[in-house]
Amino acid sequence: MELSIDKILEQAEEELERIEDPDGIRKLQVKYLGRKGLVTQFLRGISNLPADKRPAAGKRANEVKKQLEAGFAAARKRLEDSQEATERLDVSLPGRGVLPGSLHPITQVTREICDIFTRMGFDVVEGPEIETDYYNFEALNIPKDHPARDMQDTFYISENIVLRTHTSPTQPRVMEKQPPPVRMVAPGKVYRCDSDLTHTPMFHQVEGLLVDEGISFGDLKGVLTAFVHQMFDPQTSLRFRPSFFPFTEPSAEVDIRCVICRGKGCRVCSQTGWLEILGSGMVHPAVFENVGYDTSKYTGFAFGMGVERIAMLKYRIDDIRKYFDNDYRFLRQF
Amino acid sequence: MKASLSWLKNYVDIRMDVGQLADRLTMAGLEVETVYDRYAYLETVVVGRVTLVEKHPNADHLSICTVENGRAAVEVVCGAPNVRAGMLSPLALPGTELAGGMRISAGTIRGRLSEGMLCSEAELGLGLDASGIMELDGDLEVGTPLNRALDLRDPVLEIGLTPNRPDCLCIMGIAREVAAFQGERIRRPEVAMPEARGPIHDITSVEIQAPDHCPRYAARLLEQVKVAASPFWLQDRLMSVGLRPINNLVDVTNFVMLETGQPLHAFDFDNLAGRRIVVRTATEGEVFVTLDGKERRLNAETLMICDAEKPVAIGGVMGGMNSEIEDTTTRVLIESAYFNPVSIRRTAKRLGLNTDASHRFERGVDPQGTIYAMERAARMMNEMAGGHLVEGYIDVNSGPRSPRSLSLGVTATNKLLGTDLDGGQMADLLRSIEFEAELKEQGRLEVTPPSFRVDISRPVDLMEEVARLAGYDGIATTFPSIAPSGTGPDRRRSCRDKIRSLLTGMGFSEAINYSFVSRDSCERLRLPQEDERRRQLVLLNPLADDQAVMRTCLVPGLLETVSRNLARQVNHLRLFEVGKVFLSRGADRLPEEPEMLAGVMTGRRYEAQLYAKNAECDFFDIKAAVEGICAGLAIEKICFTAVEDGDCRFTQPGQSAWVYSGSTRLGLVGRVHAKVCRAYDLKQPVFVFDLDLEKILAVIPGQRFAAPIPRYPSTSRDITLIVDQEIESRLILEHLAGMNEKLIDDFYLFDVFQGKPIPDGKKSISIRIVYRSAEGTLEDEQVNRLHGAVGKRLIEAFKASVPA
Repeated sequence: MELSIDKILEQAEEELERIEDPDGIRKLQVKYLGRKGLVTQFLRGISNLPADKRPAAGKRANEVKKQLEAGFAAARKRLEDSQEATERLDVSLPGRGVLPGSLHPITQVTREICDIFTRMGFDVVEGPEIETDYYNFEALNIPKDHPARDMQDTFYISENIVLRTHTSPTQPRVMEKQPPPVRMVAPGKVYRCDSDLTHTPMFHQVEGLLVDEGISFGDLKGVLTAFVHQMFDPQTSLRFRPSFFPFTEPSAEVDIRCVICRGKGCRVCSQTGWLEILGSGMVHPAVFENVGYDTSKYTGFAFGMGVERIAMLKYRIDDIRKYFDNDYRFLRQF
Repeated sequence: MKASLSWLKNYVDIRMDVGQLADRLTMAGLEVETVYDRYAYLETVVVGRVTLVEKHPNADHLSICTVENGRAAVEVVCGAPNVRAGMLSPLALPGTELAGGMRISAGTIRGRLSEGMLCSEAELGLGLDASGIMELDGDLEVGTPLNRALDLRDPVLEIGLTPNRPDCLCIMGIAREVAAFQGERIRRPEVAMPEARGPIHDITSVEIQAPDHCPRYAARLLEQVKVAASPFWLQDRLMSVGLRPINNLVDVTNFVMLETGQPLHAFDFDNLAGRRIVVRTATEGEVFVTLDGKERRLNAETLMICDAEKPVAIGGVMGGMNSEIEDTTTRVLIESAYFNPVSIRRTAKRLGLNTDASHRFERGVDPQGTIYAMERAARMMNEMAGGHLVEGYIDVNSGPRSPRSLSLGVTATNKLLGTDLDGGQMADLLRSIEFEAELKEQGRLEVTPPSFRVDISRPVDLMEEVARLAGYDGIATTFPSIAPSGTGPDRRRSCRDKIRSLLTGMGFSEAINYSFVSRDSCERLRLPQEDERRRQLVLLNPLADDQAVMRTCLVPGLLETVSRNLARQVNHLRLFEVGKVFLSRGADRLPEEPEMLAGVMTGRRYEAQLYAKNAECDFFDIKAAVEGICAGLAIEKICFTAVEDGDCRFTQPGQSAWVYSGSTRLGLVGRVHAKVCRAYDLKQPVFVFDLDLEKILAVIPGQRFAAPIPRYPSTSRDITLIVDQEIESRLILEHLAGMNEKLIDDFYLFDVFQGKPIPDGKKSISIRIVYRSAEGTLEDEQVNRLHGAVGKRLIEAFKASVPA
């Protein structure tokens, strides 16, 4: 007769104790419990036993099989446990790889502004950064030899070609191409011949224009109030203050309560408690006439804001020149 | 424009505090930028009591005074003859800056310490007496700041005026707005006065030869005047807004300009040849010396005020040296004119001379205010300088435009503003600022603006007045209904944003550099003469040499940024920029503005130093970024080919590759050329990519469809080829792809090796080929056969051998 079932068990348990890797367990499992394994063979041999011994042998063999299965599982667990313990890492070491970079704060704030207006139904358009005198000035009701030209120091390429001083030329450009209604915002770079603590010769603006039948100054207030509340804080108080832009009338500057001092007066708001954040107004009839819109039928409003200014308030950046200095330690903060 | 509260009160009683006043003005469109007290400098001048006066041991005319300043007794050196023990006098403490700009500091005078200064009236800007120190009332409390002790308070409002409101470039103009708040009119000073001798037409004349430039010229003559210093109150008014007093006649012209907004000029009549005025344009190239002593070259457009022989002033801009008021002047001719705003603006711009007069004339003075201002000045001069007025005045008037009446629709106004005002309310608002307004039939107002409101020419100008007077605050906030537009998101913008996300994901941070670069940036990039990036646009008026031309490439800006960061010991950088470059099509045409995408990388490969000891980034790190962008945008048929050594500009030969998608060249990737590194002071290897966003946009596939996932398992085989070192691995892979074997699912390089045991001039390239069928599981036998055939074809194609 072959090995007794108890002998098989004894031998298996002995071997199991010496096992040091999962592969060995697998091999043992095949050796004893596989298709041609010892226990399997024993089980098959039972039918050859005398009939009276069969039930006891069968019962015993099944017990052994269960015991071995449990033994294998325990051995596997023992191995896993010991392995876990041997692969000890200093988990406080840094990860290996590259952390994400950051988007320039101007990009982020421009996006935020445009997103707010696109949610209200405005389209985003862009225009050239180098412009003709016509689009930058004349079409916007700023004739040559008009003192309003002093409001913006202009970089010239030639007598008639300028670096755009504002994003407003996108207004006539868009209106020339399409009939009303118009609802657009136009972000982009602008240039002014001015450089000091609070001015850089290049900066960014977002222009906006809404033209349709029956648009009123009240609508201008509504849209810009919604913008300010989304951009800053729904509690932000704001005021519309009469001002002058040649291409809008009536014109309004929009001031918000100083976000730094909450209106008490500080250096940032020049002690006034208010911060000027955008210029706006009803589109001047002369601008509509220049693009051939019917002034008896359509009205509209336009607005423009400086992105650097808004980003300064949002991130408390104290020096506008930091935006274009591109110090890595600055850029990585956003 | 500055206006002191005390001066405003000459024309209107102000029944609100200065804070409210500033607020009202701001909300009426006259933005008050700051309010300051013009006596604030007296905070550190205290009432001092002189307790002891001794002779200075080292100086005859100086005394050493012991002065109580309220906290201690200090020693002060004083030269005033009237100083005596027991008197109270103003003591300026160290740190004080006096009205004239003099700074007081503690210092030694002839060997004795002086802790402050006892001041005269003139030194304090409180009077004209400079003969000795100021004596104060004995009952003042010692140590009290002088502004409080003497109750000196005068807030000055600094108003940022918009160019459409020249009527407020004077105190009366601002007072007029204030009066409107209170429903009043301003008080205008009397100008009537007695005259003697004359009439003026017998003595002098005015001839206008250039009426387009000068539509109106009025003149007055005073005789037997005595030039002297102005009385203190007049000097004080001028100083309160930052003007320097000169003499009584000149001070009056300045005062009246500040008061009424009408610039005036005073000529010494006896210096006018022929005793007459001729208004004409200059001859081209004529030279004239202005009051500031500078020689000015004139052109045929410059308007000149001349006598019978020569120019005596640049009209509306500045007077001349040859006719200025001197101490000996006895006859004075007052000029009050209306000049063409455009003419004055051109002249002032061309000469770079922005004067108080030109500033007002170019914005437009009151065409009907000419005579009042002249009469006001004549009377004041007469009061201050004596003598008499010659009877009558000259007024050559070819008629500057008079205000025309406008029709204002009540409904149209309400519709534009979103208000609900009736015609009567609108008329009342307009009348409050001296407009004539009459309610006509059918809800229409007929409005005539006052002559000083030169900005009003259209009905919409009136609507703005209604809005600002009613108050923007009162206009109800509404929200327009905005119909959705048919246009979806812009492809260019979404591509740009996608690229930004991809690059930040790969560790790159975004930079924004100026669009202008230095003139020599093309040389520094080693661009040849025929390179299209030489088509630079040059600024006519750059701010600085390093911002003189528009960029034609993003790389110089990024390299400068790298250089700046390295100089600050920030040595590990990954930066990119998306932006326009500008290619000239000639100075009179708009340039091309293609958008570009560039990136740089230098320093460590990984964030953590720990893993990067020997892992400085190299060509393949920056190449990975370009591959990442292309993969992220699903650009197909990407291929990198070596740049011929002769075509390398700012990148290093041997480490430069063109980036292609099919036959479209998207740009360049490589290591920055050693010479370029030197030009930008980069002391470590820097890698760069420079891609054309326009080309990228052109190759991004429009639509993408999902491909099925393989159902059957793959099996792979490796092959190692020993080939000539010069053979680019790309060629082998392309050849493999070109076989179009249906069962080849994928293949990739897994090893490239040069050195022993590979013979010199050769390299081994190991490729893993993945085989798979869409129809079923492949049999080993079939794969082995195919792999053998593929290997053979590669060996033949590249004259390769296989390892022994």
